Amino acid sequence: MIEESRRSAGDNSGAAPYDFGGKWQPSDVELARRIERNNRNRRNMAIAALSSLIVLGALSILVVTSPGWKTLRDTFFDWAYGLEILPKVILGFTTNVLLTLIAGTIVAINGLVIALLRTSRSPALTPFRILATVYVDVFRGVPMLLVILLVGFGIPALQIKGLTNNVLILGTTAVIITYSAYVAEVIRSGILTVHPSQRAAARSLGLSHTQTLRYVVLPQALKRVTPPLLNDLVALIKDTGLVSILGVTDAIRAAQIQTSKTFNYTPYVIAALIFLAVTIPLTRLTDRSLRRSLERENAQGQA
Amino acid sequence: MSTPVLSIEKLRKSFGSEVVLEDISFTVQEHSATVFIGASGSGKSTLLRCINLLEQIDDGTITLDGEDISRADIDADLVRRKLGMVFQSFNLFPHMTVLENIILAPTKVQGLDYESAVADALVLLDRFGLRDKADQYPDRLSGGQQQRVAIMRSLIRKPRLLLLDEITSALDPVLVNEVLSAVKDLKSEGMTMVIATHEMGFARQVANELCYLHDGRILEWGSAEKVLEKPEKKETREFLYRVHQAGRL
Repeated sequence: MIEESRRSAGDNSGAAPYDFGGKWQPSDVELARRIERNNRNRRNMAIAALSSLIVLGALSILVVTSPGWKTLRDTFFDWAYGLEILPKVILGFTTNVLLTLIAGTIVAINGLVIALLRTSRSPALTPFRILATVYVDVFRGVPMLLVILLVGFGIPALQIKGLTNNVLILGTTAVIITYSAYVAEVIRSGILTVHPSQRAAARSLGLSHTQTLRYVVLPQALKRVTPPLLNDLVALIKDTGLVSILGVTDAIRAAQIQTSKTFNYTPYVIAALIFLAVTIPLTRLTDRSLRRSLERENAQGQA
Repeated sequence: MSTPVLSIEKLRKSFGSEVVLEDISFTVQEHSATVFIGASGSGKSTLLRCINLLEQIDDGTITLDGEDISRADIDADLVRRKLGMVFQSFNLFPHMTVLENIILAPTKVQGLDYESAVADALVLLDRFGLRDKADQYPDRLSGGQQQRVAIMRSLIRKPRLLLLDEITSALDPVLVNEVLSAVKDLKSEGMTMVIATHEMGFARQVANELCYLHDGRILEWGSAEKVLEKPEKKETREFLYRVHQAGRL
């Protein structure tokens, strides 16, 4: 009981389990240590600043003094021109965003279904399990560019009535086909990392196979694969640019059109910056979610 | 004597070519505790997992309340509703609070409404002195507290038979006592139990029947006094001597 009250006191205050009345003052030894630590930190910061200055400074001097710098600056970093075509590229980028949202949603559902099929053991699902395995093997192994070309030019060539010739829909379909295979594998690996003892506990409580999956396995699995899935989302945003080869006017295609008019490559740089404006925050979010999930796992390890 | 709650006849279980349990026969009467002792790897955990149908047996029969639960067409989910199981490693669900862990089976399996399930759970939490932990996640609890939650999670389902699989093996000596005293309370309330344990003192206190399991066979059985004080078999004596050397007797 004493053990318990100490523990709960510790939980509430976040302080050490033993309280000596709050009269503690750091000793001279500790104070000296702190001064030494501060000095060392300051020295380290100065060294880091100096070395960054030297390396980055040298690099920029190298670039700026190179013989082609002036031409490069005029053809790639013409900011006035960049500003002029910015609305067009942004308009194109809305296609990338829309495509990401639609494809992302469908991929999440597909991926989950395929992962569940691959991990199921029901005899009735055997044909679907085989199909799911073949599907993942094939589309994880074929370059996405090829899938886009095959779907984008192959399906219209079939000339089946009722099938769309809309390149945007065909391109999105190709992206969905490929990413569903990736995402299914990520989710499946998450399902496999849930320890068998969790299933045993759930089954011993009388939960059916489906209930065990729904209430015990999937919540833990999905929480664990959130960081890699966010990573796939960042990749998806970038890869939606590939549908531009079918003629879809996305950010890349919009930049390409501008560039071909003037032979100035600034629109490409602008398009790159727009992609970065979205992907960098998302990457930071991914890092944070990964860190959180690691902290959670570690906390469990200590318990 | 009335029909035993559990009766096992000539059970055999192997993993591949390794025979883990051989010729296991015993009965468990209502309100009694049958305790299995034996070295790690002697088959205690496997035996409990077989009773719970978590493992498929090679041969023999398991009868629960007069029903053969080892027959091929048995609905394992229905059988498990009558059984409670507590594991060595607690196996609480880390993504659910203590309360959610406890009411999962009542609400999802037994179809109890949420309010009644919570009311039942709070009664148990009060009894086990963990009311203030109801909304905590398991990883914030000590091992002893986690194991008591695991016991509650089984108890709320009012099992006909409770299976305890080395439930104190992952705990430090102080925490062992709080868990064992909870089990002793259950025993005095008449809960029917099959227990696998390394705690000889505890075994002596709760066992109506004590079985010494050695290499997958029940080598010696009877009252706790008989097996622990006057063992007939050389292997039992050696095992008890080693436990004594380790300071656990």
